[in-house]
Amino acid sequence: MKRNVLPGLPLSLGITLFYVGLIVVLPLAALVFKAASLGPSEYWAIVSSPRAVASYRVTVLSALVATAFNLVFGLALAWVLVRYRFPGRRIVDAIVDLPFALPTAVAGIALTTLFASNGWFGSLLAPLGIKVAYTPLGIMVAMCFTSLPFIVRTVQPVLEDLDPALEEAAQSLGGSDRTIFLRVILPLLMPALLAGLSLSFARSLGEFGAIIFIAGNQPMETEITALLAFIRLEEYDYQAAAAIASVLLITAFLMLAATNLLQARALRYTARS
Amino acid sequence: MKIRLDQVVKTFDTFRAVRGVSLDIESGQLVALLGPSGSGKTTILRMVAGLEYADGGHIYFGDQDATDIPVRDRGVGFVFQHYALFPHMTVGENIAFGMKVSKTRRSKPEIAARVQELLRLVRLEGLGDRFPAQISGGQRQRVALARALAVDPKVLLLDEPFGALDANVRRDLRRWLREIHDELGITTLFVTHDQEEALDLADRVVILDQGRIVQEGTPAEVCREPNSAFVMRFLGDANRLSANVRGGQAFVGETAIEAEASSDGPAEIYLRPGDIEWQPAGEGLAASVVRVLDRPGSRRVLATVEGGAALEFDVPPETDVRAGQEGRLTIKRARLYPA
Repeated sequence: MKRNVLPGLPLSLGITLFYVGLIVVLPLAALVFKAASLGPSEYWAIVSSPRAVASYRVTVLSALVATAFNLVFGLALAWVLVRYRFPGRRIVDAIVDLPFALPTAVAGIALTTLFASNGWFGSLLAPLGIKVAYTPLGIMVAMCFTSLPFIVRTVQPVLEDLDPALEEAAQSLGGSDRTIFLRVILPLLMPALLAGLSLSFARSLGEFGAIIFIAGNQPMETEITALLAFIRLEEYDYQAAAAIASVLLITAFLMLAATNLLQARALRYTARS
Repeated sequence: MKIRLDQVVKTFDTFRAVRGVSLDIESGQLVALLGPSGSGKTTILRMVAGLEYADGGHIYFGDQDATDIPVRDRGVGFVFQHYALFPHMTVGENIAFGMKVSKTRRSKPEIAARVQELLRLVRLEGLGDRFPAQISGGQRQRVALARALAVDPKVLLLDEPFGALDANVRRDLRRWLREIHDELGITTLFVTHDQEEALDLADRVVILDQGRIVQEGTPAEVCREPNSAFVMRFLGDANRLSANVRGGQAFVGETAIEAEASSDGPAEIYLRPGDIEWQPAGEGLAASVVRVLDRPGSRRVLATVEGGAALEFDVPPETDVRAGQEGRLTIKRARLYPA
């Protein structure tokens, strides 16, 4: 018999699988089961109602914008934290994790206070005709805030491990800074960027606490999908809530599958043959 | 391309890595920078490449002052100890990288043809589509060399090129690098801490210690005429004996040793293991055998002489010598340095 290096593998494997089943798979299955108890035409009527479709639009668009914003600034932040030594670097590094640690409701209230038309930022933006609180812009701001750490924290370790000799080699071969970034550094960061991207986007899709304070929650305009599901739940319409939630679930699942596929493609060079 | 270093200085924070190095490298030569770690050899190489800027002094490529030319415009090929191949590019793409990004435009077929030519040169035909993770260390280093050669560098610089490889591959690659150098005739400077590698490969050897050149010359010159005890010790196994010089002759204890002595006083005698001959009895330095180590072509004897100094020397494999045995040592060659 082949002996395992780690003792107790069957036991630990059993516990892990049981736990994953209990706290991840079971609730999701219950959700699907609940939604499936609706007939196809009923299900379709709920998930394609104008109010639901409007909520998808504002949620997905805001999440896309927030993720794109985080992609640029998260990458820049990771770059600065890894490549430069400046006073306060460790403090900035610690602050990046704050959105993880902070209750999202606190973030929502803080952002609303800042961006309300009489708040610090809001009062400056109001004369320019820009309204953030109670508009889709506010949703994007809240999403940016809560999902920023994902990109920073996935890119940072990869950037730290990047061999400086790679850049030196590219330089000695005549590459400009731009070329080196685009052809050497960016492709090597791509798997990490994709991972951060999908986490950031999934988090933005599902974000609730931070958004409902700042969004204004006008049906058809600033009502996010998660809130709509919550409203249905409040109305004791469990099936409709499950149906709407299942759309979020399917979207997040498809997105994770797509990024995993892209990641595998971006990492194909590591495969030994 | 002739390279000239003129009083080059480099300091990192408080560490003086290179302390005024002047060196001439003739066009087409293969030169080794040899020294222990911390001797500044890699820093010198990186300054020649432009990966590091000199704090003082000048570096000339031919008649041109290259001291402040950035690395991307300096026209050097650099080979790194750990290859630094781009892991997300195939072998062929790695080799083509320099040609693709250079200011001189080349057509695609032209680049492809050049890649094939270089793959042939480094004997890796057919591996152009592999990724670096899929080939061996020796093959990776050959790809790195092909990549450096692709941009037609004026100078080839190698930083411990074989340091990460195992002994057999290392020996093969060494001979092979010499062949490539003779074929292309490109001025080449390489860094190593392995004396055997430097002596095997180079036209000239530059020995460094603590940021200064200690000695430079052909392998024969540095081997036959080491100018200091450091060079003597660094180039290979060396035995050291304390001696006294009286009237132009060196004495270990009461035994006179054949060595050129200049001034009277205490001195150190250095002997290679091959400079010592063993006899069970007769004239010479009295010694007692401590241990015998068997090697494929000879036997290495560890012995102590009168006064307690330890010596190592080789005897032919058929010699019958055992630990505890007493005998006499004759010294055929010795080098004397003032203590």
